[in-house]
Amino acid sequence: MNIAVLVKWVPEPQGTPSLGPDHLLVRKGADGALDPGDEYGLERSLQLVERDGGEVSVVSMGPEVALAAVQRGLAMGASRGVLVTDDALRGADTLVTARVLASALRSAEPDLVVAAVESTDGYTGTLPITLAELLGLPSVTFATSFDVDGAELRAERQTAAGTEAVACSLPALVTVTTGVAEPRYPSLKGVMAAKSKPVDRPSLTDLGLGEDDVRPAQRVVSAEAAPAKTGGRVIEAGPDAAAEIADLLAEARVI
Amino acid sequence: MTRVWIWADVAPDGVAPSAFELATKARAVGGDVGAVALGPGASEAVEALGDHGATLVYTSDDERLVEPTSRVAAHTLAALVAEHAPDVVLFPSSYRGRDVAGRLQGVTGSTLMANAVDLPSADRARAEILGGTTIVEVALEGPRPHLVMMRPRSFEPDAVGGTAEAVAVDVVDPPGGSSEVRVLERTETAASGPSLDGAKVVLAGGRGLGGPDGFRLLEELAAAIGDTAIGASRAAVDAGWVPYAMQIGQTGATVKPEVYLAAGISGALQHAVGMKGSRRIVAITKDPEAPILKLADLGVVGDLFHVLPAVTEEVRRRTGR
Repeated sequence: MNIAVLVKWVPEPQGTPSLGPDHLLVRKGADGALDPGDEYGLERSLQLVERDGGEVSVVSMGPEVALAAVQRGLAMGASRGVLVTDDALRGADTLVTARVLASALRSAEPDLVVAAVESTDGYTGTLPITLAELLGLPSVTFATSFDVDGAELRAERQTAAGTEAVACSLPALVTVTTGVAEPRYPSLKGVMAAKSKPVDRPSLTDLGLGEDDVRPAQRVVSAEAAPAKTGGRVIEAGPDAAAEIADLLAEARVI
Repeated sequence: MTRVWIWADVAPDGVAPSAFELATKARAVGGDVGAVALGPGASEAVEALGDHGATLVYTSDDERLVEPTSRVAAHTLAALVAEHAPDVVLFPSSYRGRDVAGRLQGVTGSTLMANAVDLPSADRARAEILGGTTIVEVALEGPRPHLVMMRPRSFEPDAVGGTAEAVAVDVVDPPGGSSEVRVLERTETAASGPSLDGAKVVLAGGRGLGGPDGFRLLEELAAAIGDTAIGASRAAVDAGWVPYAMQIGQTGATVKPEVYLAAGISGALQHAVGMKGSRRIVAITKDPEAPILKLADLGVVGDLFHVLPAVTEEVRRRTGR
């Protein structure tokens, strides 16, 4: 079984991201890492191939620094990586990203594509679904657990009303919440081994994509600071804390 | 004239309020508002959608439209879009909204803008980024219709008392058939107490509550205050302490109560976008560096296991409950 896990390099989650003069996120020179949200699906995928055999690859589109995210995936146990980097992809919208990833995945023909429900920096949550449409795959979104039984995917998913247990035949795409597995830390051995694992770096031409395919249709024309919250007070939890909270409730006329 | 369409999330028990918010905004942007209501409950939704400004409602009650991949709904919508050429289609940031919009983008090749909070015109959307610290205006280009997913509660719904004409829609099967994902079992999470949507007060718990038992402290305080709903951060939901229906944040509910009290929640971006519109915000956390303290009108740094019961006692004393 071949599982492709989508991974994303995101600016350091604890850091302060900023926009450049072109209104795009500053990525060069910024600290960053593998999106922590991607580790859950990767962990579960590794568990499945360790049990049933097969191979996990980590697939990404991003700037040169994104290699660090791919390598983290390899250090956790993935067998190979794919990273598409090109200056023309700066400012790519989700459609462009989906086209690039679809082209990168088409030749690999994975049995299962695994992605996080959403990235931790952009939070759009639609990229995997667009990708599934481009690849003609069935999709199961918001999975809280998933398993592969022969040629069938089984998953529990969240819905607006509650939960659903679903099944579909492979190949398929699944997006997962952080509930699917507890990610492992890469071992020292894993980190060393990652350095000799293959990372494919296809160009846009290799992927059969032209200028029109990767032209983003979203352009930030202006950016302004959101009105900042002022006037908040922070106190230590002392004997008066409860009374202060009750005062606020009374001011709001809810008690 | 600009033609704005909205996607209405419908179910047998009614239309999601997001549809009324979107219809109200659509009316402000263009004259001609079309609503698309696909799935069981669609025909019953026509009247309410008309009341909020939709002039045409494309409907089908067909069960196939709610299969889990949303492929059937997306391809049915794609056919409608190809026939009627709207300039923009607005979607709610909901489970179905995301799935249908994401699939539709793949079919039509038109751009999809997520997390929008405003739509100045059919070619412009505004969105909050970088944790709500920055507002960007984005020009939407490429083939129409532009697809825009709106954050919940970005607009106040406004009923204008209009009536809509219902147009029956033929279901379109996607290439390769439709019944790819089978639902083996459905479990509905029973809602108890006031809903997150309407309650005056929302008490939300996170990882700092330590486990499902920690939520009892919130329940006791909720009972003392009255008209109070309980919510949770994604960390508490992912840990399995409480059901997903209680989740507040990007991938959950967006709430704007009179008072929002966060207990043991750090206030990551994921959570903040779902609650920062609250009128008054109280945060109790042991971490003096927690981002939630920057959003709070009143932040209390300390042990919530002491503070919460003390607040409950104080509220009981004042209200006599």
